[in-house]
Amino acid sequence: MAPLPEPADRAARNRGVALHDDDLTGETLAALGERVVAQARPGEQIEVVAVRSVETDVRAWQGEVESFAYATADGVGIRVVIDERQGFAHAGSHDEAVVAETLKEARDNAAFGSPDEFLGVAVPDGVTAPDLDLWCAELAAVAPETKIDLALELERAVLAGDRRISSVESADYADSLSLGAVVTTSGIRSIERSSGCHLAVFSIAAEGEDTQTGFGFSVGRSLDALDVQQAATEATERAVRLLGARKPATMRTTVVFDPWVTAQFLGLVGATLSGEAAVTNRSLFAGRLGEPVTSSVLSLTDDPTDPAAFGAGACDGEGLATRRNELITAGVLQRFLHNSYTGRRFGAASTGSAVRGYSSVPGVGAMALVATPGDRNAADLVGGIADGVLVQEVSGLHSGVNLVSGDFSTGAEGLRIRNGELAEPIREFTVASTLQRMLLDVVAVGNDLTRLPMTAAGVTLVVADVTVSGE
Amino acid sequence: MSSAMPDAEVLDATLHAALRTGGDFAEVFIEDRRNCRAGFDDGRIEELVSGRSRGAGIRVRAGASVGFAHTTELSPAGLREAARVAAAAARAGGVQQPGRPLNRQDAPAPNEVAAAPDTVAKARKVDLLRTAEEAARAEGSAIFQVACTYGDSRRRILVANSDGLMSADEQVKTFFSVSVDAAGDAGKQNGRETRGHTVGFELFDTVDVADLARTAARRALRKLEAVPAPSGTMPVVIGAGGGGVLFHEACGHGLEADHIHKDVSVFAGRIGEQVANPMVTLIDDGTMPGEWGCYAIDDEGRPAQRNVLIADGVLVDYMWDRLRADREGRDASSGNGRRQSYQHLPMVRMTNTYIANGNSEPDDIVADTPNGVYVAHLGGGQVNTATGDFVFGMTEAYLIEDGRLTAPIREGNLIGNGPDVLMLIDALGNDFAMGSPGMCGKDGQGVPVGDGTPTLRVQRLTVGGTAA
Repeated sequence: MAPLPEPADRAARNRGVALHDDDLTGETLAALGERVVAQARPGEQIEVVAVRSVETDVRAWQGEVESFAYATADGVGIRVVIDERQGFAHAGSHDEAVVAETLKEARDNAAFGSPDEFLGVAVPDGVTAPDLDLWCAELAAVAPETKIDLALELERAVLAGDRRISSVESADYADSLSLGAVVTTSGIRSIERSSGCHLAVFSIAAEGEDTQTGFGFSVGRSLDALDVQQAATEATERAVRLLGARKPATMRTTVVFDPWVTAQFLGLVGATLSGEAAVTNRSLFAGRLGEPVTSSVLSLTDDPTDPAAFGAGACDGEGLATRRNELITAGVLQRFLHNSYTGRRFGAASTGSAVRGYSSVPGVGAMALVATPGDRNAADLVGGIADGVLVQEVSGLHSGVNLVSGDFSTGAEGLRIRNGELAEPIREFTVASTLQRMLLDVVAVGNDLTRLPMTAAGVTLVVADVTVSGE
Repeated sequence: MSSAMPDAEVLDATLHAALRTGGDFAEVFIEDRRNCRAGFDDGRIEELVSGRSRGAGIRVRAGASVGFAHTTELSPAGLREAARVAAAAARAGGVQQPGRPLNRQDAPAPNEVAAAPDTVAKARKVDLLRTAEEAARAEGSAIFQVACTYGDSRRRILVANSDGLMSADEQVKTFFSVSVDAAGDAGKQNGRETRGHTVGFELFDTVDVADLARTAARRALRKLEAVPAPSGTMPVVIGAGGGGVLFHEACGHGLEADHIHKDVSVFAGRIGEQVANPMVTLIDDGTMPGEWGCYAIDDEGRPAQRNVLIADGVLVDYMWDRLRADREGRDASSGNGRRQSYQHLPMVRMTNTYIANGNSEPDDIVADTPNGVYVAHLGGGQVNTATGDFVFGMTEAYLIEDGRLTAPIREGNLIGNGPDVLMLIDALGNDFAMGSPGMCGKDGQGVPVGDGTPTLRVQRLTVGGTAA
């Protein structure tokens, strides 16, 4: 339990938990990686990913601290490639003996993989990692009382927001400091550090027999970025405006996704543009590079070099520099995302899009998707719709969307749109189409780009000709 | 990493440290997990992966507040330090509470494990992948990808608390899944099949991975002919085994005592009321031998139980963890306190949740349904416990026309409201079966759960398709 304070450090003890300064540079993680990589045998490629995270999580309920949890986690993952075969092992510890056992296991496992000429660790490609300021060291020194106060204040703010708010299911403050290093036999030595904190609250509104729920959050890299009132207002409004909601009639209509819903939708679209899906021919858009695949109003970029993005990072999961990747420009498919393996197989370069935790080999994925905003705000867009549905929440995207067939069906809640105005609330309905069709049916993108704690940023999106299934 | 667990003396000292500044309850949870996973995709064995994690989570309760900290350092000093941090987090004050002396009491395992995964040669695990892949490919030339996954895990836990409880368990799980992609004139389709049990490698004495592969392949191939799913509200028949997900979402989560305590469940305050059609009896049973959600003790050291939640349509009880049971003045939890790992706080979770058999012949249920949808295989689901609205996915389904299954339909979600749906169940078959192994997510934690049902019919559910 290295990150905990020395018993002599009274100040740190009173704060409950703290990190040693030298734990905050990431150098100890890189040094661990270097010690493993130095053991490479002739012909053997090794990649080590080492991570450490320190998190606190405070939950308030009915004016009390329901729970206060400290979490410090270490991890190491070792990938070995030899004779065109790959093996992997991971462990939740940086203990030298454990790391040695992990290397031994990874080597042993490599004997069982199929040979594949495209396997291998990433090779430095000359792209310079962007200089992003994602780290706020002060977060480590925030007193527990401050964190508790934020969670309690959040609960109070929601309860005070509207007389119809009956209770708060949970009001959370959480923060994390994450350090990661990737070291390879090919000469990669990358260190990544990021901090983050958030407020999240789930609200209950009740009127008569009717109960509805809402949520709100605020996200930042440092405490001063958090906005209690914003989170509370959102949680209040989302719950209250659903009161009295009924199941709508079944219809084919235009839907407006609010930014929260669009972000989830774009996350699915991003998954279809992964090089893994492309090389296995599973992507809905395999073989379509250079062709129009969406409405021309849609342009989609994955840009983890933008520090404003929740998923921003200087290096990818293989230690290569991240970069700005245009995926769809005015409806035309520009590229798939690649890690080193899928890039080599595809005859393209890595796009710096390897994603992973320490317990898996690098996958491929978007980190910071953004749909280029249009020029109209949400109210304007709704104003142009005679008859439609605003969707403010979706459920069951994991069970109702198939990324191979493109079938899309999700549970939803929201408001009817009548004559350009938001009208009565509706619930217990589904929204269905196929991903391919929905992308072609995008009518407009709003100007309300919203940063959310997800892979994609949110923005209002209008999609025509979708089936709303209700009564 | 050593495999030795701390002894009673060390655990006792740790609990003592946890309560040194006050607090009314302390607990040490130690977990040592090993797992192995091998994947086959795109015509090749991708890689074999080994994982190891080991650590302790320490919980201290002081009044309404819980403090929690965890560590990978299982030495006496490491545990003592984690106990200090947990106590500080609980903000316990006052005088030291004496803990009771530890008294080791293990519960019987639901079943024996014949072939521990770490005693089985890796080559045998990998061979299963090739067998499954070949079997799937042989089902038709329209198949363009086959992905198979083998996985096993061994989880040893040890729980000790200031009530004097000390109990240990070893939980071994093995699973195998196949996903098949096929391409036809109307696009690509996908079929899946998974089998998992709380057993060792002997799973494959009774489960033929080639059979799983053929099932997944046929599912994908049949769906190449699938028509768009209907939209609107209609009768829905769910095949044996499949419907467990429906109950897991429609009422299982809503019967978890933490949701009840916070009044965010539509089932709060309804004990003794008729909440379902009288033919419905719902049971959560952590003792079912070999099932995916079974164990000897839960993650608070309490022996697993068989708990009847709904009897003949009447709500009998909720599911409980230690915290909620204490607050309600109950003697003990219902053995439903679970956590994803030593890095997490326990909470109320389901185990194996199922509906007992009814009296109808499954064929009659379909024949008595003039028009609707038959769901043969379900995906996952999701519920809002406060409103009761829930969804679940259909991964293999057919139209029912004039009391007969006709065209396969494309994937989608169904949506309903839990309390409504429980009353709208109007037929229950006599063909009970357990469903596929599931991973249930709640508040960011995943735990393995099982479910089961006989064939059943819901009078009205909203099917989330695109056809008129």
